[in-house]
Amino acid sequence: MRAATHGPSPAPPGALTITLTLARRELAAYFASPLAYVFITAFLVLSALLTFQLGGFFARGQADLVPFFDFHPWLYLVLVPAVGMRLWAEERRSGTLELLLSLPVTSAQLVIAKFAAGWAFLGLALALTAPMWIAVAYLGDPDHGAILTGYLGSWLMAGGYLALAACLSAATQNQVVAFVLALIACFALLAGGSEVGQGLLAELLPAGLADALAQLSVLSRFDGFKQGVVALADVVFFAALIACALLANTALVELKRDA
Amino acid sequence: MRPILEIAGLTRRFGRIAAVDGVSFTLNAGEVLGFLGPNGAGKSTSMKMIAGALSITDGTVRVCGHDVATDRRAAQRHIGYLPEGAPLYPDMTPRALLDTAARLRGYGGRARAAQIAWAVERLELQGALDRPVETLSKGFKRRVALAQAILHQPDLLILDEPTDGLDPNQKHEVRGLLRELAADRAILISTHVLEEVAAVCSRCIVVSAGRVVADATPAALAARGPLDQVFRQLTRAA
Repeated sequence: MRAATHGPSPAPPGALTITLTLARRELAAYFASPLAYVFITAFLVLSALLTFQLGGFFARGQADLVPFFDFHPWLYLVLVPAVGMRLWAEERRSGTLELLLSLPVTSAQLVIAKFAAGWAFLGLALALTAPMWIAVAYLGDPDHGAILTGYLGSWLMAGGYLALAACLSAATQNQVVAFVLALIACFALLAGGSEVGQGLLAELLPAGLADALAQLSVLSRFDGFKQGVVALADVVFFAALIACALLANTALVELKRDA
Repeated sequence: MRPILEIAGLTRRFGRIAAVDGVSFTLNAGEVLGFLGPNGAGKSTSMKMIAGALSITDGTVRVCGHDVATDRRAAQRHIGYLPEGAPLYPDMTPRALLDTAARLRGYGGRARAAQIAWAVERLELQGALDRPVETLSKGFKRRVALAQAILHQPDLLILDEPTDGLDPNQKHEVRGLLRELAADRAILISTHVLEEVAAVCSRCIVVSAGRVVADATPAALAARGPLDQVFRQLTRAA
């Protein structure tokens, strides 16, 4: 039996079609393994535990999600590198990267597709915390705008962590190494804005520099979102973080063709 | 004679070591070239470079007129590649894998279904389409990877040890498929199995330490003596 269309191949698909096809495969892979379910369960259980136990959700007597969002930078610190660590390291180890590199697609398309799928997955996990929102709406009269911007900021922050983790995953074929590197990188992004970090920076560095570094922390950048303020500078910060990490990621994938 | 693959002075260095060292040959439509050589001779490295998965240190590779180094994606559209060990995503089903491959090759709607159906039938994958790859036997996995490589009916098929892990019946089937596919395209096969050369190849190139040490028809090689002896002589001398 001969295929109906043997001979001239179809027109090469556009960049968007290629990226979406790759992203779809990637997203399907999350749900084909226990990863998606384990991650979502861990995220939901931990965020609820932290909010209600440590966050003093009820003791505060306020109908808002501030104690919920307060823990996100720390929760993502562990959970997002766990999602990002496999993105490239696993492809390299299993040899499927060679198959990907032999396809008529650009490295940038591969990088964007992997990131987009991961980010969409994190968005889904975040969306599944909606019952929290419903709960505060039932218990009181929260500022819905502030909750919405809180979610937006949280998703942007997750994207920043994920882009970093994906980039570092391309640097190694060992997933554990990729996880630890991503954890360190994300912690460095976080620490400057924490109380301990600020104290340490103030002791070690001149006041101006310590302040500047604190401004570069995801904690400082996330603060506005929690209070219902979407500042352009904060959005640009996360967008730039994602863009830089993905550019570096693309360069690392190109290097794989060289090694 | 339609030249499909033109290679001139192909070289790949890893640090100081040249894994492939000035390999040149041309492959025409209708030819099945057996790429022979001991482990570490540079067969897989050459194939990766031709497929565009590994950068070229020196020399040129042209596939259907497109330079792999400067116009990689145009060249890759004409290539079907089966990497060594036939890597696949273990969690995915063959159906999903083939669907993704067909989409990436630009097939939509009915054409996609037709290409997939053709590849599935040629490799007898009907019974395994919806089982995750990790649950399949080695032979099935190999055939899924082969289906992915031939799906878009490429002008150049690059197969790194395609029959490794297949039982004698499956080997026979795959060789039949390769002979059939060879009619209007070029096929490059690397193999350790010398009997495979006589069974499917119209020409063979023996490489040793990154260099071509023989380029002849299997019959011409066989005329020099038993194939395994000729192979040993050629690859030991280099």
